[in-house]
Amino acid sequence: MAVMTMVQAINSALEIKLKEDSNVLCYGEDVGVEGGVFRVTENLQKQFGEDRVFDSPLAESGIVGTAVGMCIAGLRPVVEIQFCGFVYPAFNQILSHVARMHNRTRGRYRMSMVIRFPYGGGIKAPEHHSESMEALYAHTPGLKVVIPSNPYDAKGLLISAIESDDPVLYLEPKRIYRAIKQEVPQEKYSIPLGQAKIVQDGHHLTLISYGAMLREAQKAVVMAKKEGYSIELIDLRTISPIDKETIAQSIRKTGRVLSVTEGPKSFGVGAEIMAIANEEAFLNLEAPPTRLAGFDTVPPYPRGEGWYFYPPERIFYEIKKLMEF
Amino acid sequence: MFTEYDPLHDKMLQILDCSGNIINPKFMPDLSLAQIKEAYKWMLYARIADIKAVSYQRQGRMYTYPPNLGQEASALGTAMALEKEDWLVPAYRELAAWLYRGVSVKEVYLFWGGHEEGSKFASAKNIIPPCVPIGSQTLHAVGIAYALKYKKQNNIVLTYIGDGGTSEGDFHEAMNYAGVWHAPIVFVCQNNQYAISTPRKKQTAARSIAIKALGYGLKGIQVDGNDFLATYSAAHAAIKEVREGGMPILIECITYRQGAHTTSDDPTRYREKEEEEIWLERDPIKRLRAYLQQKQEWNEEEDKKLQEQYEKEIEEQFAQAEKQPYPLSDIFQYMYVETPENLRKQQIEYEKFLNWKETQKWQ
Repeated sequence: MAVMTMVQAINSALEIKLKEDSNVLCYGEDVGVEGGVFRVTENLQKQFGEDRVFDSPLAESGIVGTAVGMCIAGLRPVVEIQFCGFVYPAFNQILSHVARMHNRTRGRYRMSMVIRFPYGGGIKAPEHHSESMEALYAHTPGLKVVIPSNPYDAKGLLISAIESDDPVLYLEPKRIYRAIKQEVPQEKYSIPLGQAKIVQDGHHLTLISYGAMLREAQKAVVMAKKEGYSIELIDLRTISPIDKETIAQSIRKTGRVLSVTEGPKSFGVGAEIMAIANEEAFLNLEAPPTRLAGFDTVPPYPRGEGWYFYPPERIFYEIKKLMEF
Repeated sequence: MFTEYDPLHDKMLQILDCSGNIINPKFMPDLSLAQIKEAYKWMLYARIADIKAVSYQRQGRMYTYPPNLGQEASALGTAMALEKEDWLVPAYRELAAWLYRGVSVKEVYLFWGGHEEGSKFASAKNIIPPCVPIGSQTLHAVGIAYALKYKKQNNIVLTYIGDGGTSEGDFHEAMNYAGVWHAPIVFVCQNNQYAISTPRKKQTAARSIAIKALGYGLKGIQVDGNDFLATYSAAHAAIKEVREGGMPILIECITYRQGAHTTSDDPTRYREKEEEEIWLERDPIKRLRAYLQQKQEWNEEEDKKLQEQYEKEIEEQFAQAEKQPYPLSDIFQYMYVETPENLRKQQIEYEKFLNWKETQKWQ
């Protein structure tokens, strides 16, 4: 075991897969020589050579579009988009081809790629560097969407993502890239996609989150405990396909559910969780299923961040309202 | 000029050498010494504002900032050739051009200091905000140019992009649209050799960026971007030609980002000290100062005095930017022309939480 940050854990997963499978390639802007602007691909070019780990021209549509071709020809590219706000030039490729090629060719061509990118805010970055738009991808049929909340999961989930024959969007919560250090095995292990994790058992209320917000949710659970509330905390880990069963079972047990997400509230991942509560646990509900999410605004520039990225107190406030309902 | 410097000839327009001598009088722009001195002052002003921004960032009083150091001539020379009613469409590393067009240092500091009030650029005419999604602004520029032509206004648009940006699809589309629409636009590519860590040779296999213009039916020219006289001269000729109904023109300014990509970047990871030193010799401000000194138009003492004056002015602007408030309502009120009811409710709900939080005793 070694102590790793999320950056190191992701790097370790990439290293293992590059070593194990010569069809795996990594590329994107500044991924090679620089090792990525967040150093996620550090030393990989040195280790595996320029034909397997390399810098792309500055063109996101190019990065993803060429990855489609590589998948068709049997490779397993793991491409990086530098920031969540820069994915949009590649949207045409992601929505029109990555998500559809398998179906279009009746299974002939598999889009066995991973598109990695840092997402989310809270690091006082300039405009377009703080978005949390996972709902866009989760809403797109044909894609899998994965978001880890800690180094251990980050490594195991990425190994599964690279081994998946379906395309996986792997979103990295950059706010906690280095904030959490954890014991992570150096050897290979995987965590299956599509399975949420019950981080903590409880019986009063189900709290569901993922990514950087999970840590804030954990703090709120501690506050709630002081008030005598027993909270069941679930880390989604895979946003799509969502683990309906784990969510539903927990809500049937607790009768209350609060989702905690970072992106804009309306039409978001929280709304999907509310739908599951209604469809799968209606008769057990003791309070209205409730979403806590970002405002329906763009993330403000850094000076406004304090308003936008809410503190654990805000989560606790909602827990209290539901408990007192 | 555009025949002699056709990109197929692989020639770069240079007028002023590194020691401040005129080596190409044929293309010497029609500027008085007083105007050249004025240009020098703008470049100095921009440089001081730029250096101070980096230092404020280091002190934790400003957020991520992309230094302009070394690119003052390519930004200023091109913008100075515009007329008042012409439009300027920025990328994000043309500080000298913004300031020349009337943007205040306070606004620049607000923008990079994390406040939307800084991307309004309220003090300047016919300008749009800096554009972070690389290359996407070039299409906006073409749209503005079409509108000017449609409205029969005799104005043109000048837009900036970096060497990295020319790899984006939007740049290709913009050049293509500009040609098809015969739009009154001049593209300026500040080729500063690196897109973060990625060198120019990894962006394109073309032998120059200027040569790309030919594929779209436009004209191109490569100029020494650290030579104010060359950037001004080329921009002046290009703007004149475009204003008179010529095809759009792409100017490639060969320059160098002396600093980091942004304050989060570390250039020692991808380039050599020796290379940086070569480019320091070609520094645009040093060159123009040498020229003015040779003409007995400038001396060390004046320089020092002006620098001190600028420093004071810029510090005052920073103080104002730092004081700018950011109320909660700022997040909501500009999303739509009229704020929808559910958005208004989100603000009210948050205020309720804040009030509750005030009443709690937190351990």
